[in-house]
Amino acid sequence: MAQALDEIKIGGLGASRKRVEDDRFLVGKGNYIDDFKLPGMLHMEILRSPLAHARIKSIDTSKAWQIPGVHMVLTGDMAAQHNLAWMPTISYDTQPVLATDKVRFQGQEIACVVADDPYIAKDGCEAIVVEYEPLPVIVNPYQAVAEGAPIIRDDKEGQTDNICYRWEVGDREGTERAFAQADLVSKIELHYPRSHPSPIECCGSIADYNAATTKLTVYMTTQAPHIIRAAVAIVAELPEHMIRVISPDIGGGFGNKVPVYPGYVCSILCSILLARPVKWIEDKTGNLISTHYARDIYYKGELALRKDGKILGVRFHCDTDNGMSFSDAQPTKFKIGLIHSAFAAYGIPFGYMTAQGHYTNKAPGGVAYRCSFRVTEAMFFQERQIHAAADDLGMDQAEFRRVNLVKDDQFPFRTPYGFLLDSGQYEKCLDVALNAIGYKEFLREKEEARAQGRRLGIGISTMTEPLGAGNSREYDILGIKMFDSAELRVHPSGKAILKIGSKTQGQGHETTFAQIVTHELGIPAADILVQHGDTDNTPFGMGTYASRSTPTAGAATSMVARKIRAKARKLAAHLLEVSDEDVEWELGRFYVRGAPNRGVTIQECAMAAYGNMPDGMEPGLENNAYYDPPNMTWPFAAYIVTVEVDPETGVWDVLRMVAVDDCGVRINPMIVEGQIMGGMAEAFAMANMQFITYDAEGNCVGSNYMDYLLPTAWETPGFELHEVVTPSPHHPIGAKGIGECACVGGPAAFVNAVHNALDDLRIRNIDMPLLPHRVWEAMKYKRDVSGMPPLKTEAG
Amino acid sequence: MEERRINVVVNGEPVSVDVEPRILLAHFLREIMGLTGTHIGCDTTNCGVCTVLVDGLPMKSCTMFAVMTDGHEVTTVEGLGMPSELHPIQQGFREEHGLQCGFCTPGMMLASKAILDENPNPTEEDVRWGLAGNLCRCTGYQNIVKAVLWAAEKMRSEGGAYVLGGRSRR
Repeated sequence: MAQALDEIKIGGLGASRKRVEDDRFLVGKGNYIDDFKLPGMLHMEILRSPLAHARIKSIDTSKAWQIPGVHMVLTGDMAAQHNLAWMPTISYDTQPVLATDKVRFQGQEIACVVADDPYIAKDGCEAIVVEYEPLPVIVNPYQAVAEGAPIIRDDKEGQTDNICYRWEVGDREGTERAFAQADLVSKIELHYPRSHPSPIECCGSIADYNAATTKLTVYMTTQAPHIIRAAVAIVAELPEHMIRVISPDIGGGFGNKVPVYPGYVCSILCSILLARPVKWIEDKTGNLISTHYARDIYYKGELALRKDGKILGVRFHCDTDNGMSFSDAQPTKFKIGLIHSAFAAYGIPFGYMTAQGHYTNKAPGGVAYRCSFRVTEAMFFQERQIHAAADDLGMDQAEFRRVNLVKDDQFPFRTPYGFLLDSGQYEKCLDVALNAIGYKEFLREKEEARAQGRRLGIGISTMTEPLGAGNSREYDILGIKMFDSAELRVHPSGKAILKIGSKTQGQGHETTFAQIVTHELGIPAADILVQHGDTDNTPFGMGTYASRSTPTAGAATSMVARKIRAKARKLAAHLLEVSDEDVEWELGRFYVRGAPNRGVTIQECAMAAYGNMPDGMEPGLENNAYYDPPNMTWPFAAYIVTVEVDPETGVWDVLRMVAVDDCGVRINPMIVEGQIMGGMAEAFAMANMQFITYDAEGNCVGSNYMDYLLPTAWETPGFELHEVVTPSPHHPIGAKGIGECACVGGPAAFVNAVHNALDDLRIRNIDMPLLPHRVWEAMKYKRDVSGMPPLKTEAG
Repeated sequence: MEERRINVVVNGEPVSVDVEPRILLAHFLREIMGLTGTHIGCDTTNCGVCTVLVDGLPMKSCTMFAVMTDGHEVTTVEGLGMPSELHPIQQGFREEHGLQCGFCTPGMMLASKAILDENPNPTEEDVRWGLAGNLCRCTGYQNIVKAVLWAAEKMRSEGGAYVLGGRSRR
């Protein structure tokens, strides 16, 4: 009798399979955008505005044109002749490609130079002379709505203020009633500072317009190649079938490589005008000051509390600083992403929220930086608010959460803002975390240390988040519904190629997605090639961001493999000379019911599909599947951090960091843990050092890696990981998103821990990042510390 | 711009090339030598993805002119080990999942090599300090540190003498 396949050995579900991608990356044979060279290729560099707000009086490009090796100097006026001085944003606003009338943030694109090499192109940029007339500058939402504020978007007809949207959701009256019944109302105000996803590789593109065929091929750093193809078709008014977007290996994305940037558009326009390939590779400063930022939200929230700790209602308002354009990457019907997923993990009966967006003289953005559309902000606000409320009630942090977390028997659970939580074991996750950290012992240790003048603290963050948009009823981007796809071809020898519409930036799709096919068909993972990132050769998909690849494209992969299996069953019945109903399946093999020795392998079925199919059956063994998820997947996490704060300097060290993640079924546990640790490092970064701010003149502080601090191996703490598994009830293999949980839920654990260490000082809030001088100021003067720009200076 | 002749040993192979004096070592390696495993990240000597070894010492090739390597030896990731014969550091990165997007990996591995050349038996703290010139945004470093310790153990158990893969220019 044929021996059953060992799924782990062949790289199926649950195997910590070593990564396929590593083969090329380990020996320097990756293919990142800057590694491509095309015949006749030219190089483009961008000239950026040094000022944050100014009228452009003149642009003189004559000296740049005279430099030998310069082929093109493109200005906004020239782009305007092709209707490309401005472009639409994902949030139905407009953003300049090259400035014409004014510059509205520091780093805005003014002109670009195309030359034989990047050195000459940079020389060309230096030779351009721009005359500016400076204008007053706005760097936060409160300045934006102050009386007499200059109208930043005076280019827009009918725009008479600096507000770009208003939004509300929830039950206002019901929430008011809940607050009227409260024993106590707990309030907090805070700022989630502006941050930049900052992948180490910057953005770049190579546009290759073939004047003979009129086909445009664009190699570019994009997390969503199919959406980009649609966007290029719309923006550049080119036929979509004559556009091919190739997204090669990407050196990290984290949401930064979702939008369309002026550099991409300029390289395309220059390639069309010059009929030669044009390469644009952004430098770090360009990336940090102009490509899309994340966060920058001011939060005012309140909880209606009963004495016993039960939360009766929640109400909050967010003021977002959107920069000079409303460019948030988010599904159409939401104006501040999925921020209303805040407090989802807690069974709160009533909730209401409002938000208002503001134009400022800062770079546009609002990308989902390692999160599912503003969910990172949502969970940070939630956990800071929960922390403050427990303190106000005089309740233990863990106990307060336990009282309010949604119970296991309440799923599916409808939140007051309308989401439907699919599944979870929230209390169990919390208990695993409390046990792992030794909660009670640490509280004792903290007290003893305090008696000796040392400041220890513990911070908890528990959260769920909505990952894997659609469903298509509610989620679309620019009118295109948020589903995903997979196409599977099984070759005659039983080897296979899987094509997906999502796109890895380091998550390991080429490894993991093969494992899903292995789980469904029993074809060893090593026999499956995963192809992605080329719009001519993969089915349509929305791309990889918001932890949506496994929930959507992963599900589509399961579904297409099941279609293949269904056809293989007919082939097996034919080969075994029995009827379909008499054929049983086990991993990798069909056999005759009641006669397990009589069987055929999936590979034998594959050969039969090309050489021995039954009469009337269409040859071949390939199919595709489009998957529209019925709901988001809702992973849960409990993160606990312990810290020691130096009372003299405000420097804080992480003592321990425990992460308990429930992301449902883990396809490749090694990769899942890698995702959690990566997210946790970014969480630590934001809590500890990483942010972008502006001075009163709109100068970006954090415009390079000397100012924009990212933690190294030396600063980054170690992580202790634990798991709980609650399969998603609606995902074909029970998986949930995981790429972003730690980045979403992690920051509050660090920040709560530091506040806990100062819990005798009546400090409500120190804004992130908790820089030593901010913590010192809070301790010294026993007061809150705001991080709102403009940056305070000694003189100011 | 007037070019200057330089004589460099790249991954064990002597080369003699005319270059512009303003060409950065990173661009020389990538554009002239065709060794695209050396990446460029930040232009300010902070991120370390361009790290190569010059006479065995880690150098950030985006902040060094190619002409400064005249008469010296340069080792890039292409010289660390070949696909058929990975260096223990490369094996360690694979075994411990020490890479995700792969962009920082070549620089990270060459910095690791410099650590292990100096100290074949480092502690976790030694490795973390030794890698403090290299940024990674994907992994959270924990698996990178484990990868280097994995390689250290393997190199010690096998007696250490590793000949670099060298030669392959493409």
